[in-house]
Amino acid sequence: MTIKDEVLLKVDDIYMAFGGVQALMGVSFEVKKGEIFSIIGPNGAGKTVLLNCINGIYYPQRGHIYFDGKEITKLKPYQRAKLGISRTFQKIELFKGATVLDNIRLGRHIHLKTGLLSGSIYLGKTAKEEIVNRDFIEREIIDLLEIAHIRDKVVGMLPYGLQKRVELARALALNPKIILLDEPLAGLNLEEVEDMARFILDINEEKRWQTTCILVEHDMGVVMDISHRVLALNFGEKIAEGTPDEIQNNPRVIKAYLGEAEDLYVTRR
Amino acid sequence: MSHGDNLKTIQLTKDLTIPKLFLQSAKKFWDKKVAMREKEYGIWIPITWKQYYENVKKIALGMVSLGLERGDKVAMIGDNRPEALWAEMAAMCVGAIGVWLFQDSLIDEVQYIINHSDAKMMVGEGQEEVDKYLVIKDKCPKLVKMIWDDEKGMRNYNDPSLISLKELMKIGESLDQKEPKLFEEMVMKGKADDVCLLFYTSGTTSLPKGALLTHYNMLSMGRNLMRVDQYYETDDFVSYLPFAWIGEQMMSISCGIQAGFTLNFPEEPETAQENIREIGPHMMFAPPRIYEQMVRNIQVKYLDSTWLKRKAYEFAMKIGYNIADLKFAKKHIPWYLNILKYIAYLCVHKKLKDHLGLSRIRYTYTGGAAMGPDHFRFFHAIGVNLKQIYGQTEIAGISVLHRDGDIKFDTVGKPIPETEIRITSDGEIISKSPSVFVGYYKMPDETAKALRDGWLYSGDTGFIDADGHLVVFDRTKDVMELSDGTKFAPQYLETRLKFSPFIKDVWAIGDRRPYVTCVICIDYNVVGKWADDRNITYSSYQELSQKPEVYELVKKEIMKVNKDLPQVARIRRFINLYKEFDPDDDELTRTRKLRRAFVEDRYKDIVKGLYCQEDHVHMDTTITYEDGRIAKIKTDLRIMDVPN
Repeated sequence: MTIKDEVLLKVDDIYMAFGGVQALMGVSFEVKKGEIFSIIGPNGAGKTVLLNCINGIYYPQRGHIYFDGKEITKLKPYQRAKLGISRTFQKIELFKGATVLDNIRLGRHIHLKTGLLSGSIYLGKTAKEEIVNRDFIEREIIDLLEIAHIRDKVVGMLPYGLQKRVELARALALNPKIILLDEPLAGLNLEEVEDMARFILDINEEKRWQTTCILVEHDMGVVMDISHRVLALNFGEKIAEGTPDEIQNNPRVIKAYLGEAEDLYVTRR
Repeated sequence: MSHGDNLKTIQLTKDLTIPKLFLQSAKKFWDKKVAMREKEYGIWIPITWKQYYENVKKIALGMVSLGLERGDKVAMIGDNRPEALWAEMAAMCVGAIGVWLFQDSLIDEVQYIINHSDAKMMVGEGQEEVDKYLVIKDKCPKLVKMIWDDEKGMRNYNDPSLISLKELMKIGESLDQKEPKLFEEMVMKGKADDVCLLFYTSGTTSLPKGALLTHYNMLSMGRNLMRVDQYYETDDFVSYLPFAWIGEQMMSISCGIQAGFTLNFPEEPETAQENIREIGPHMMFAPPRIYEQMVRNIQVKYLDSTWLKRKAYEFAMKIGYNIADLKFAKKHIPWYLNILKYIAYLCVHKKLKDHLGLSRIRYTYTGGAAMGPDHFRFFHAIGVNLKQIYGQTEIAGISVLHRDGDIKFDTVGKPIPETEIRITSDGEIISKSPSVFVGYYKMPDETAKALRDGWLYSGDTGFIDADGHLVVFDRTKDVMELSDGTKFAPQYLETRLKFSPFIKDVWAIGDRRPYVTCVICIDYNVVGKWADDRNITYSSYQELSQKPEVYELVKKEIMKVNKDLPQVARIRRFINLYKEFDPDDDELTRTRKLRRAFVEDRYKDIVKGLYCQEDHVHMDTTITYEDGRIAKIKTDLRIMDVPN
């Protein structure tokens, strides 16, 4: 999709410490509308902490976060979700005992307008609303992510690769403006990696979605292939930001990250 | 709705074509009847005959606008979906000839068939097919257009020779407004002896050959089949096997258009089994592997269930087998067995049939390859009317079939009406019927070999037994002799072994050798589950197949089969292959028949190992992925002796 000049998310000089450990030290960056923006860095660099700050699980001790021109630094996670920030987790956080469809519907919950009372009677407006939302889920999400064959299966029984896909489906059900993907490719086999990369591109490029993505990922091949811009973190500090080419050739990044850990990332390719 | 009405009013004349019949049926049923259903977005969406007619009309006229003419070829590739059938019917309406490709064909195969058939247009489902087209289009000079219908992932494709089905239909619509009579005029030009399909056969030995089939071939085949087994307009049929397989054409086109039953298309190939259960079709035609898979599913669930359920199943199966055997022997079934049968039906068989999607089934057919007696008995034991059929692409589908109540599982039954079957002095099966094809496309030598004085030479051997049933031996080249001259049928051994849920594929070896051996492909899911339950760790098919415990397991399964075999035909040694046989590696045909000559050559090291004293074989081979990538495999395989 065409990237607009409009800034969708702005992180301004945020600090986050856990006791004596400085997880983030003055990180700033801007994500433009329509981008796939990747965050890379060695283990413990602060990538997930950064996502948690954007998403509202942590509140940064200093600095500000703006979303769509509005400050969200102090908002609660559900308030941010309402604004259109959605995410997936590094370790799958699904309701294991519920079906795929129910998990996805939970992600849609924020868009349900009818109240508890009419919901419990399930008449008129509620039923209509349910049909509209079900239609959205089936048409836009289940079909897109190719999970029709498991829609009635219990999540806990599914293989890991499919669970990852269900998590993405739930995040999409929110119909987000921005989606935070925390290591969506970790633990997948080659074929699943290719599928997932394609889904991310679909979500980003397909006219229907055109969703901005922030991607935290270790698979350098995919990151460099699909990202528009990349941010490199090391020990809570931003060490570089730029296009994939710039990052790949940045000596600080190579030293901090790619160089020493090369073996780790070569294994899958 | 009156049953079978449609059939009686149709006269097969030299003027009748499939599109004319389509027009008749469409106008008769119009919006009163559902022609097909497709499951989309979790819901079965009906398509009436009116919609069917209009869509075909638009596509046909769109194709004409793009330059399609009578006698041109249109190649089609993709999963089973209404659009595929519309495109095929549209091509036939124009007077063009349809060519079907298997959905999972490799690029080389696609290129060969497109070039050999001189296809002018290609109709594919979506991105995957378009990608194949883009790779081959420069090497296929006659191919000018590719039509696709699934938008997913197609946003960045701007090749001018690509066109979406929607756009094509729009072009067709505007042509229809200009010349409203054109479509029906085109249809009316057709004659029964015009070629309508160019069907590539999956040769077990050589390059695919293109069989030319006329409208009359197709329609007479369907008609004669339905003289044996009646289909009604109220019936449901699920179309999920490749359209590039003649069996699917026979049901969806030859019979479908005459009987007017409803075709149902599954949501995705992965959901087919579930969707079949939702529809509960009245008839089903599938190659043995589908039935083998059903049996395997049941056996696995049986192993997995509770004591009480296992006992109930064993009890019900015992009754079922008793009754099935009496029926096969055409003996009277005593009253008490009938009562027990009803109990077994209520407790077990009813549920089993429901889970397999067979609760409404009237006829199930199997053909295309040999099916073991164990599988056959199994289905009759649970009360499913499974019948063997025999036929080939060159006779537009089938020519021989079991009659109800006259089933012998070692035969394929009796010829359908208007069909004559004879055995030559060499034992070759030859047949004559109105459905025998015109010839192979651009292969006069092959045609002369297959067609002599109106008789179709099948290359199969067999004989006609005392009851008038045809018995088909394995393909001529597959009847084997041990070095001491004893004959044995490898396919028989293979089908017997495949009754074990743990074994997916088998290749029995022994031709001109001292004893019989086999190569086993374990079923990854079933054996994997078995290993999980026993805390045996593994990370891949390759590793699992070589586990000593798995070897012991397979050995036991082989010993079970060996027990019922004469001493000479028993399997003495076996090896577990490190992968499954795969059509992509040319080991199987697209219809999953084993290509013996090929595997013999490819695995000559294994064969050598099986006939010497060693207990290991070193393997060094390559495998091909569907996108053309190649991977090398190096491994040591164990050989195990089976005690006799």
